[in-house]
Amino acid sequence: MIIKGRVWVYPDNVDTDVIIPARYLNTSDPEELAKHCMEDIDESFAKEVKKGDIIVAGHNFGSGSSREHAPIAIKASGVACVIAKSFSRIFYRNAFNIGLPILESDVVDELEKFDEIEVDTEKGRIRVLKNGKVFKSSVIPDFMQNLIESGGLFNYAKKILNV
Amino acid sequence: MGMTISQKILAKKSHRGGVKPGEIVMADVDLAFANDITAPIAIDFVKRLGVDVFDKNKIALIPDHFTPNKDISSANQCKIMRDFVKERDLPNYWESGEVGIEHALLPEQGFVRPGMLIVGADSHTCTHGALGAFATGMGSTDVGFAFATGKSWFRVPESMKFVYKGKRNKWVVGKDLILYTIGKIGVAGALYKSMEFTGDAIRELPMEDRLTMCNMAIEAGAKNGIVEPDDVTIEYLKERGIEEDQYEILKSEGDAEYSDVIEIDVSNIEPQVAFPHLPSNVRGVSEIKEDIKIDQAFIGSCTNGRISDLREAAKVLKGNKVAKYVRLIIIPATVEVYRQALKEGLFDIFLDAGAVISTPTCGPCLGGYMGILADGEVCVSTSNRNFVGRMGSKKSFIYLASPAVAAASAVAGKIVHPDEVVK
Repeated sequence: MIIKGRVWVYPDNVDTDVIIPARYLNTSDPEELAKHCMEDIDESFAKEVKKGDIIVAGHNFGSGSSREHAPIAIKASGVACVIAKSFSRIFYRNAFNIGLPILESDVVDELEKFDEIEVDTEKGRIRVLKNGKVFKSSVIPDFMQNLIESGGLFNYAKKILNV
Repeated sequence: MGMTISQKILAKKSHRGGVKPGEIVMADVDLAFANDITAPIAIDFVKRLGVDVFDKNKIALIPDHFTPNKDISSANQCKIMRDFVKERDLPNYWESGEVGIEHALLPEQGFVRPGMLIVGADSHTCTHGALGAFATGMGSTDVGFAFATGKSWFRVPESMKFVYKGKRNKWVVGKDLILYTIGKIGVAGALYKSMEFTGDAIRELPMEDRLTMCNMAIEAGAKNGIVEPDDVTIEYLKERGIEEDQYEILKSEGDAEYSDVIEIDVSNIEPQVAFPHLPSNVRGVSEIKEDIKIDQAFIGSCTNGRISDLREAAKVLKGNKVAKYVRLIIIPATVEVYRQALKEGLFDIFLDAGAVISTPTCGPCLGGYMGILADGEVCVSTSNRNFVGRMGSKKSFIYLASPAVAAASAVAGKIVHPDEVVK
């Protein structure tokens, strides 16, 4: 998949409490959650985010609570992809499970808010449009690649259970 | 090359002779659980599949976060959970009046045993490693998968070994050891890895302090925290009617490989305080030279809401009064803890001091309810996260500490060493 979009830039250790504060966790409705996405780190995000935008960040993105509502809120906001230097392990799994593409790369160091990048998720190539610099992302483990190809964890469960 | 205790459990549960860090295994889980926030999505996963849960006795549903129901939406989420429990006739469910915070309730009620593989839809599931189980937090979909199939996939983690030596100072508890450790390695210091807590000082550490330490492994990014079972573990289980022949004790092999070995002399550690807004932003309490005035102190949560925590708080609060304009909120983590505290007369000490005591709930720890912070307010909390907005306003400030430090600070009206209050 090729994704081209403008970026929202965030620092290290963006935790799931700022991605979607617990005061909004009395629902799991994606549209409701999207209204408050990133609210405690960036009030402008939910108002200005456009379909196809990309989030780029530093280390340990999605740390803290295991709430799946965090990647759900990001995906429902229209974000096409999250690229961080590293992810918290629970967020990493959750994003895969709900079909939010995520990649590990240092590209954030090269970017300012609303710069544009082009991402080839299969080749793990990220191109910065303003200067043509190309970054490689880490490769998705085979097991997870297979999970995606078999249609995610839900279809995998169907296969195992023969239903 | 030998395996660590974490790797051994994953090997056993995936029916392999051995596993290596980085391998991905599909393993059988012994216990899978979710709470009122995370269960609805997991339940939906099972319902969409149109299957039964894999084993009624191996799943638990625990409405602890926003109960007693805090508002209509939360009540509806709890209802989804309760209806599912009724419909499937599931035994491991606790209603208000019997429910406690999941990570305090499950070990207390004898659901956690050495050698088990446990997944929970809550990041603090790592708590249960204190009993020598491999326990890790996941999202709702992963736990829904476990509810339906009895399995989960794992990337075998590298292990980090933390060796604690020496004798603990007065007032220094498990909370201080883990805050100090996170301060040393950082909030991503154990990312994707196992934190194995060992050494003489751990052998002398009571089970409740071990639970506190493993609870906060996630705050260093770890996949799990774990302590090898020993006499303390065996005794804790015996008190719950679980005999040694009912579980298997696994230990790390002598030649097991660790990505890091970190030695910590606990005799150099004093009560610790984590400053806003990261659990790694740690200082010894005597290093704080400025006055940090507080508006609220919270003693409770899956980190520090157990009976030993309330006893520590009571030691400090006895005969003292909470400072003017400070709210002290005490929340026993389970009904058993609540009853025991009442029986020991701790409630009188708390009430005389001017504290408010709540029914068991996660409540204010995650900014749910029962003690939300206003703009600019400062709270010293025995919970696990001091992130921006975690307990309410994003303009509030949270300092993490032990129950003794929180209690002393409530009395002094500012963050202080317990010795300043208990003369």
